[in-house]
Amino acid sequence: MKCVFVTVGTSFNELNERMSAQESLCIFKSLGYSRPTLQIGRGTVVPEPFSTEFFTLDVYRYKDSLQEDLQRPDLVISHAGAGSCLETLEKGKALVVVINEKLMNNHQLELAKQLHKEGHFFYCTCSMLPGLLQSMELSTLKCYPPGQPEKFSAFLDKVVGLQK
Amino acid sequence: MACVLILAAAAAAVGVVLVLRLWIVFRCQDVTPRESLSLLVVAGSGGHTTEILRLLGSLSSAYSPRHYVIADTDKMSANKINSFELDRAERDPSTTHNKYYIHRIPRSREVQQSWLSTVLTTLHSMWLSFPLIHQVKPDLVLCNGPGTCVPICVSALLLGILGIKKVIIVYVESICRVETLSLSGKILIHLSDYFIVQWPTLKEKYPKSVYLGRIV
Repeated sequence: MKCVFVTVGTSFNELNERMSAQESLCIFKSLGYSRPTLQIGRGTVVPEPFSTEFFTLDVYRYKDSLQEDLQRPDLVISHAGAGSCLETLEKGKALVVVINEKLMNNHQLELAKQLHKEGHFFYCTCSMLPGLLQSMELSTLKCYPPGQPEKFSAFLDKVVGLQK
Repeated sequence: MACVLILAAAAAAVGVVLVLRLWIVFRCQDVTPRESLSLLVVAGSGGHTTEILRLLGSLSSAYSPRHYVIADTDKMSANKINSFELDRAERDPSTTHNKYYIHRIPRSREVQQSWLSTVLTTLHSMWLSFPLIHQVKPDLVLCNGPGTCVPICVSALLLGILGIKKVIIVYVESICRVETLSLSGKILIHLSDYFIVQWPTLKEKYPKSVYLGRIV
C-alpha cells in the first residue's frame, strides 16, 4: 500500500480541487497510491474524506509540524514553498512541486526553479499535474545532498579569531 | 554671526570625526585571538529562524552566551529557540556554556506594509535596538533577515563608530535567494563585515560576498 501526501501550505484551492477530483483519485489508484493525505490550509475548497476497503482519503487543514506526514509517504506533492520543498528533499522523498500561477512573482519560486534545474523534483502547474503523475519516472530524480553547516562554523571560527 | 560660524565649525568637526570613525570601523578587520565570544542572533521568524538555528547547531560552545532577538509579533520563534537550546544542553551537559537569553523588539516591517510607515516603524525599532545592543555589547551579531535585523545591525555599527566596541556583523542570505538579494540583504551587504551567500549566481553578482557552498 503506497501513500501520497499533498501539502498546499496556507491556501491553494486550485490544487485542493484538482487533487480531490475523481480523475486524480483514479490516477492515484491506478498507480497504487491507495492512501492519499491532503493538507488543505485555510482553503475554501474542502474535499470530503472517505475510506473504503482498498482506498482511504485523509484531509486536514493544519498541523504544527509536517515532519510526521513527510516521514511516511512514497510521494509528496507540494506547493513551491521553500520550507516544505527542502524538508521533503532532506527526507529523500520523491517530490512533485506544483506552481501556483497566481503567485508567479513570489521570490520563493527562485529556489524551486533552481532545485528543479538541478533535477531534484518534478515541477508543473495544476492543469499539467494529472499528465505528469502518469508519465513521470521517479527513478530519474537526483538525490539532494545535505547542506554543510560545518563549513560555516570553520569560516566563522577563523574570522573571529577563535583559538582551538 | 560668530556664533553661527562656531556652531557650523563644531558640526563640521563632529561630521569629520564620525566619518573617520566609520572609516576606521570598516577598515578594522584585525583578528583578535580569543577563547570565547558572546553572540547576538537575530531570529527573523518562520523559515529564517529555522535556517539560522541550523547554522547555530554547527557552532562550538565557545559561542557563549547566546542572545536571541525576536520580533514581538513572532509567536513561533521562542518555542523553536527553547527546544533548540534544550536539545543542545542535553547533548552537552557541561552546563557552563548553555546560557542563553531571548529579547523582543518590535518588527520593523510587516509583510505588505507601506513604505512611509516602514520608515517610521524602523526608526522606532532603532530607538529600542540601540539600548539593547549597548546593554549586551556582543562580540558578534549573526543574522539572516528579514527587516528586524537592520536596526540591530545599524546599532551594532553605531557602537563601533562611537568607539564603545567593535562588533563583528555577519549576515547569511537565505538559501531561498538564488539570483536576487532580499531587501535586508541589499542594505546589509554594505554594513556587514562578512556577507555570506549560498548560491554561486549571487557570488558572481556581488563579488564582495562570501560563498561557502550550501550551508543549511
